[in-house]
Amino acid sequence: MKKYTYTEKKDTRSGFGAGLLEAGRKNENIVALCADLIGSLKMGDFQKEFPDRFVQVGIAEANMIGIAAGMTIGGKIPFTGTFANFSTGRVYDQIRQSVAYSDKNVKICASHAGLTLGEDGATHQILEDIGMMKMLPGMTVINPCDYNQTKAATLAIAEHEGPVYLRFGRPVIPVFTPADQKFEIGKAWIVNEGTDVTIIATGHLVWEAILAGEKLAEEGINAEIINIHTIKPLDEEAILNSVKKTGCIVTCEEHNRYGGLGESVAQLLATQLPTPQEFVAVNDTFGESGTPADLMKKYGLDSTNIIEAAKKVMKRK
Amino acid sequence: MTTEISDLEKMASQVRRDIIKMVYECQSGHPGGSLGCADYLVALYFRVMKHNPEFNMDGTGEDLFFLSNGHISPVFYSVLARAGYFDIAELKTFRKLNSRLQGHPTTHEHLPGIRIASGSLGQGMSVAIGAALTKKINKDSGIVFSLHGDGELQEGQNWEAAMFAPFNKVDNLICTVDVNGQQIDGPTSKVLDLMNLEAKFLAFGWDVMHTDGNNMKELVATLEEAKSKTGNGKPIMILMKTEMGKGVDFMEGSHKWHGIAPNAEQLAEAFTQLEETFGDF
Repeated sequence: MKKYTYTEKKDTRSGFGAGLLEAGRKNENIVALCADLIGSLKMGDFQKEFPDRFVQVGIAEANMIGIAAGMTIGGKIPFTGTFANFSTGRVYDQIRQSVAYSDKNVKICASHAGLTLGEDGATHQILEDIGMMKMLPGMTVINPCDYNQTKAATLAIAEHEGPVYLRFGRPVIPVFTPADQKFEIGKAWIVNEGTDVTIIATGHLVWEAILAGEKLAEEGINAEIINIHTIKPLDEEAILNSVKKTGCIVTCEEHNRYGGLGESVAQLLATQLPTPQEFVAVNDTFGESGTPADLMKKYGLDSTNIIEAAKKVMKRK
Repeated sequence: MTTEISDLEKMASQVRRDIIKMVYECQSGHPGGSLGCADYLVALYFRVMKHNPEFNMDGTGEDLFFLSNGHISPVFYSVLARAGYFDIAELKTFRKLNSRLQGHPTTHEHLPGIRIASGSLGQGMSVAIGAALTKKINKDSGIVFSLHGDGELQEGQNWEAAMFAPFNKVDNLICTVDVNGQQIDGPTSKVLDLMNLEAKFLAFGWDVMHTDGNNMKELVATLEEAKSKTGNGKPIMILMKTEMGKGVDFMEGSHKWHGIAPNAEQLAEAFTQLEETFGDF
C-alpha cells in the first residue's frame, strides 16, 4: 500500500475559496454570487478583491440561479455559492430550465454537503444532491476529496465550458493530494494499485478509503483504491480496467445509496462487466445532529465500514 | 425597420394571423395571451429595441428581450421570424417533431433570437436582471426588456427578483407585466388576486408605469418614455393592460382561449377579422 501522509488538515470549502480567488485573477469574466453565506463558502477574499464582480443576492437562491444564468449572456462565468441543500433541492427547477436546458455556463458551487455538516442536522445535510444533479443532461458533477483537489477542481471548472455542480464540505480533513496534481475533469486518480478488491471513493470518503486500504494491507489484502472526483462524466475506463483485475468493487460516498456514485458504477458494470459490488453509502435515510465523526460512524461511512464491505464483496467473487 | 404606428399595426395584424395559424396547424398552443401581447412584441422588435437579427447569444451593444411567460411562444416566434431572425416558413414546424420551435422557447435547439428557456414560470425576471448586470459590468449601454404574465407573478421567485433589482439599482432594465387578468383556471381575481400591483412594485422600489398594451400609439410612447428613464437608479416596471385573445372577437377577454386551438371554421372566422398584411407563412 502506497503511503499517504499529511501535515495539515483543512476544509474543502477553503480550497474552493482559494481556487475561486485564483480563477478570478486569471480570468476577468469570472463573477461570483452568494446567498448570504459569504463566510461559510469562503468567498470573502474574492468579494474583497473583486467587489464589482461579486453579487450578494440575499437569502434568495432561486433568484441567484436565474441571475447567474442571465449573467452568462455577455460572456460572464458565474460561480454561485450556498449550502448544497439550497444549491440543488431548493432550486432544482431553476437549474433545470435556466441553466442546464438553456446550456448556460454556470458553476454551482455547494458547501456543507452530506452528513459532515454536523450539528445543524438533517434539514441541511443533503444526501440526494449528486443524484439530482447527475440526472440533468449536460451537467458535470464533481465531488473533490480534500483542500488541494477542491482548489484544483475550482480552477479546472473555470476553464470548462458548460454547467457544473461542484460539491464540497465543512469539516477539516487531511490534505493528502499533491498540491501540484493536475485536475482533469472526468479522469480518475488511482490512489493505490492493487489486485484483490477495487475501492472507489469520492469526496470525504477518499481519506477513509486510504485508511481502510492500510488496514487491509496489514491483513494481506491488496486493495486498488480509486478516487472518482468526477461522478459525471464517469471515468468508465478506469473502473472497468480495475475490476478486470480485481473482480469485485466497493463504492464509497457521503450520499444516499440511491442516486449517487455507487448507482452510476452499478449501471456501468451491469451493462459492461457484471461484477459483485458493495455500497458504502447512507441507506436511504435522513441524517441528524451530531459531530461529523459520530455521524460517519453511526451512518456507516467510516473506514471500518469500508473494510467490512471489502471483505464481504471479496467472498462474493 | 418599420417605424410608423400604422405600419406597426399592420405588422401586428399579420403576427396575429401567424399565431392563429400556428396554433391551428398543430392543434395545440396558447393563442389567448399571444394575441394580447402581439402589439407589445411588434413595438419592441420593429421600433423600440436596438437589435440585430444576425443573432449572437451575447448581444453585445444590443437591447435584449426575455420572455418569462414562455407559453406565449407563438407571438414570440412570429415576431422573431417577421423581424428576420429566421425564415417565416419555419413557423409551420411549431410544436412538431424535430422543430426548433418548441412548445415553449428554448436555446437548446439553437433558434436565433432565443437566449433562455422559459415555460416553467417565474424565472425570467431573475434572468433579465442577470443579463442587465453583465451589461453594466461590460459597460454596454444596451437595455434589457422582459415580459411576464400577471398570473405568473404568483410564483415567489418574481418577488425575490423584484426585491433585488431596485436595491441593486439595476436601472438598465424595463420589465413589463401583461395584465390581462386571466389565468388557466379563471380570472386572476378569482384564482389568487394580485391586488394592487402598482402599490406592490412601488413599495419594492420600482419606477412604475402604466400603458394600454393594445393601443399601439400609446404603447410605443410608453416604451420610448421608459427607455428615456433608464439610467436613473431604478428599474422600470410597466403594468400593461391587455385583452387576452385581442383581435379575434370570440377569443377576447376569456381565459377559455388560454391554451386551446381553434378548429377550421374558427380559423376561417378569425382570418376574416385580421387583415393579411405581409403574407401568411
